[in-house]
Amino acid sequence: MDAATITSWMREIDAAVRRERDHLVQLDAAIGDGDHGTNMTRGFEAVVQALDGDPGSPPGKLLILAGRTLVSTVGGASGPLWGSALRSGGRVLGEQPTFEGQELVQVLAAALASVKDLGTAAVGDKTMVDALEPAVDALRTRLTAGASIDDALEAAAVAAETGMRATVPMQARKGRASYLGERSVGHQDPGATSTALMIRALQRAVTGST
Amino acid sequence: MAIETNQMRKFLNEPAQVVKESLAGLAAAHHDLLRYDAAAQIIVRKDAPKKGKVALISGGGSGHEPLHGGFVGLGMLDAACPGEVFTSPVPAQMLAATKAVDGGAGVVHIVKNYTGDVLNFKLAAEDAADEGIKVTSVVIDDDVAVQDSLYTAGRRGVGATVLAEKIAGAAAEAGADLTKVTDAVKRVNDRSRSFGVALSSCVPPASGKPIFELPEGQIELGIGIHGEPGRKRATLSSASEVVDVIVEAVVSDLKPKRGAKVLAFVNGMGGTPLLELYLLYGEVDRKLRAAGVEPVRNLVGSYITSLEMAGASLTVLELDEELTKLWDAPVHTPALRWGA
Repeated sequence: MDAATITSWMREIDAAVRRERDHLVQLDAAIGDGDHGTNMTRGFEAVVQALDGDPGSPPGKLLILAGRTLVSTVGGASGPLWGSALRSGGRVLGEQPTFEGQELVQVLAAALASVKDLGTAAVGDKTMVDALEPAVDALRTRLTAGASIDDALEAAAVAAETGMRATVPMQARKGRASYLGERSVGHQDPGATSTALMIRALQRAVTGST
Repeated sequence: MAIETNQMRKFLNEPAQVVKESLAGLAAAHHDLLRYDAAAQIIVRKDAPKKGKVALISGGGSGHEPLHGGFVGLGMLDAACPGEVFTSPVPAQMLAATKAVDGGAGVVHIVKNYTGDVLNFKLAAEDAADEGIKVTSVVIDDDVAVQDSLYTAGRRGVGATVLAEKIAGAAAEAGADLTKVTDAVKRVNDRSRSFGVALSSCVPPASGKPIFELPEGQIELGIGIHGEPGRKRATLSSASEVVDVIVEAVVSDLKPKRGAKVLAFVNGMGGTPLLELYLLYGEVDRKLRAAGVEPVRNLVGSYITSLEMAGASLTVLELDEELTKLWDAPVHTPALRWGA
């Protein structure tokens, strides 16, 4: 995997959040304020533009650029959270031109740590962590067990989607949905949903590039 | 031409440009008080930076007008950072605002307690510190409708934000130092509680659809300022009975001293006329007195809104002599003006 993998991942996310924009808006309107789909679309459109303007950078630098772009265009909570996540992930790769499966695990683990630290959220709080943490765990476990990167990423995407659906019965403890108390129960978390889309996008980007 | 969908009828040119076009209009209307830096998307007081004066900035999603841009001017904010509708601004805006208003005495960030606002202001404060600017941040969290606990995002910042901006702005104008101005914001937040109700949702321009549907005869209790549903839904009763619920929620949490002097702020959410807000104020005034506190100051009108939502909120601030004096001090902004 290399810089093209990152560019293609960001393009896949851009396409996915655009496709699912109305769905994300709907989910957010139920327990938040209805802007998640719009914000993510604006952010990843800017990321794709920024990456187009920076050919030749190594994958770590591209992730940092993507993160910085999200912080400066998205606003809300997802901007700083995803922005810091991608920057932390990018720093893991430094200047290296290519990376392997276990390094991808470290990138995602750093992203997860950054989200949990900044958002002070844990699994079960009905946030993006509920999709991201199981995905990182699944990727690590499968690769350690000797699975191919394609199989491990498929497992990670499925784990993220399972984690996303598991947010439905939860009562939100973080973010704007927490203001609803018990009324947040019965709704799928928009942040976990876009996170699942992003992991699925990664699976598509890598499978397409290997 | 205005834009109309099944569920929206608004004056727009291009929905995605609504914030920028509105800010340009605010600056055109009040060029004597403020200027609009379109590149940074911030509203800055005309005479900023004022050498030696502590500066105050605030910001948050748009859709709450006149908050915050309408409170930039003498005796209140030095700059406002408006985000997209209901979306927190980005750190670059707060950093640009902080740099534009710093007169060497430091800058206070007044932050409403929403995860996005808190995170973006936090990143901006770190950037400002890197550039050698003294910044303090105070998070406003006065909404009693939200259960507070260590395990949640905590209470929302609502009406107390307006009162804190006015009172701390007066302190800064009078020459108070960074610690004192910061303390003024904290004191207002500590001694204020709010509770809001809604009779309708609102329609964000980008989606063109109401955020929720309220069935006939129902009222949302414990709403915030983002068109979101409240803590619970109840059957709509008389204004007097609604005010009973609101006053009880606020007073039981604030626990003011017996005979305390308070400021009662009856705020419209954007779609409720003054006719009804004054009716509500009459009920609030009477019921506060019955509860043993004396409203010696008040503010009635739509100052922290949720687009065109029909609804209202009450904020009660327990006053002392100094807070009262700061409240009475001259202010000249687009939305609040007296004594100047």
